[in-house]
Amino acid sequence: MSAIRTLVDLLAGRRDAASLSPREWDGVISVARAEALLGTLAVRLDGTVLPAPVAALFGDQRVAAEVAQRQALWEAEMAIRALASERIEFVLLKGTAYAAAGLSCARGRQIGDLDILVPAHDIGRAENELLEAGWEWVKSDPYDDAYYREHMHELPPLIHSGRDRMIDVHHTILPRTHRKTPDPLALVADAVPTASGFAVLCPVDMACHCAAHMLADGDLQGGLRNLWDFHCLAADFVAVDAGFWGRLDARAAKHGLRVEVRRAARLARDLYGTTLPSGWDAHDPGDRWYRRRLFARDDWGGASDFVLQQAFYIRSHWLRMPPAMLARHLWTKWRRR
Amino acid sequence: MRHSTRIAVGPVQFRIGSDWARPIAALNRLYAGYPQDPERPADATVRLFAARPWRRRLRPSVQIGGDFTVPDALPLPLSMGLLAAEMGMNLQVALGWRRHLLLHASAVERGGRAVLLSGVSGSGKSTLAALLGEAGWRLMGDEFTLIAPGNGDALAFPRAVSLKNEAIAEMAARVDPARLGPLLAGTPKGDIRHLIPRPDAIAAMHEPARPALILFPRFGGKAAVESMGEGEAFVRLTEASTNYTALGEAGFAALTRLVRETPAFALSYPDSATGLALVEQLFAEAIR
Repeated sequence: MSAIRTLVDLLAGRRDAASLSPREWDGVISVARAEALLGTLAVRLDGTVLPAPVAALFGDQRVAAEVAQRQALWEAEMAIRALASERIEFVLLKGTAYAAAGLSCARGRQIGDLDILVPAHDIGRAENELLEAGWEWVKSDPYDDAYYREHMHELPPLIHSGRDRMIDVHHTILPRTHRKTPDPLALVADAVPTASGFAVLCPVDMACHCAAHMLADGDLQGGLRNLWDFHCLAADFVAVDAGFWGRLDARAAKHGLRVEVRRAARLARDLYGTTLPSGWDAHDPGDRWYRRRLFARDDWGGASDFVLQQAFYIRSHWLRMPPAMLARHLWTKWRRR
Repeated sequence: MRHSTRIAVGPVQFRIGSDWARPIAALNRLYAGYPQDPERPADATVRLFAARPWRRRLRPSVQIGGDFTVPDALPLPLSMGLLAAEMGMNLQVALGWRRHLLLHASAVERGGRAVLLSGVSGSGKSTLAALLGEAGWRLMGDEFTLIAPGNGDALAFPRAVSLKNEAIAEMAARVDPARLGPLLAGTPKGDIRHLIPRPDAIAAMHEPARPALILFPRFGGKAAVESMGEGEAFVRLTEASTNYTALGEAGFAALTRLVRETPAFALSYPDSATGLALVEQLFAEAIR
């Protein structure tokens, strides 16, 4: 069995870690790193019997994830302070939000940039405040800058000069030119506070964003991690709200994300064993391409299935902008190579 | 991958895969004396691969990859495959290792006490450590020294020493030719030749040592020794660490302890003999 499938089986609890040979561990550790899931795996297998070197490595990863999480939350605190004087409020997104809300997927999870959602009418002021507080533009060229501002759902990335950390300031969760246009006002209006003093998306929006981010934005790079997030979010939310799936369905319809949310749920069931309610528990022949894409990694952690990866890459651009604009964009990018 | 090998250096178990046989054969020769434990899973994976399928045979060039990669890194010609492997291994440790505070420093040990030599490329830290390693000291490593956050001990990472330019002739005159790798001429870092550490240094690679001295050597100029304050040593070592920030409070505690407990000096030396003599003298004073 391939290392990437073994990794998924270990996360899903379908495979006993004690049954892995040393050479299988080589592959699992490598693909888990490539998928940014090593810390997650380390947490998932905490307390199980592991070969001593693996146990030591996983111990390192758990500690490192805790430190990284504290640093990510500190970065969110820095953004709050930078935007407080102008009374700009924002909603945390993705990894930092999961950590702030104490959700189960945050444990061991790697957190990259700080992602925040600001109401569109505040975006100019937010940008000014961040620049005054020490964030700077990551060096980019005028085309990229203009592209971000006109068509994307976020500002061009900013990096803090002192702490060397990136912030992505979003005004919605999918590019402006995307075929799907979730309602950003509803996302902000229904955001909920966390005990730690931050604001995060309400449960159904969080699940919608997770699915949209994974399936509608990008080429499924890092998809296994996003799918693990979805699996954990669903489990966390169902545990406290029996009507979660029904509410999620209605909310996904409101945002125009029903197809993505349904597919994310099916894939999470197929890979991680998420329990779905009867109405959701269907089978779609198209899912197999997504499963193949999610598993497209060889035992050395390298990308495999080149043609399929390219197809998903093209698909991501196809979803992101109308054909004429896509042609213009690719032409500009190609000329500057 | 088509060809592969496993190498354990200090606490890190590597798995190295390659599209070509040559780099693996060269690694196997350099690391033949290192302990092998097939039961041990790899902490880190290095991949040496052709960026495009035809680059396997046509003007073959080696792309360095693995668990961590540097985006936009330029490939190396196959003749420099050994350098590619070395860079790949360094990269995995620099970006992936979390158990210890990593210092970009060479180190030698005697009587359970370590001398750490930190400096930029060209400062002579590798050469000085290699020379000391042939003069009654145990070579702990020429690239990374690992500091255990728990007790402040220094741990060895004795990979094959990467000798550069003038250092090659200087060491070749002192060691058995069988301990030298092939000459890699005209690499982006100049001429390179690897030196296999002495068997006793490899055998002792898991033995920790108490830091006794931190030196910041500078090759060239008049012989001079200048005592360095804790603050400056601290700042310089944060810059020499690849995981100081990632370790958070544990990294801060380990580094603070290191500079508080260990005297530090800036060291200029015009030639190797003077450099060796100054290290001996400072060490004698430090452990008194």
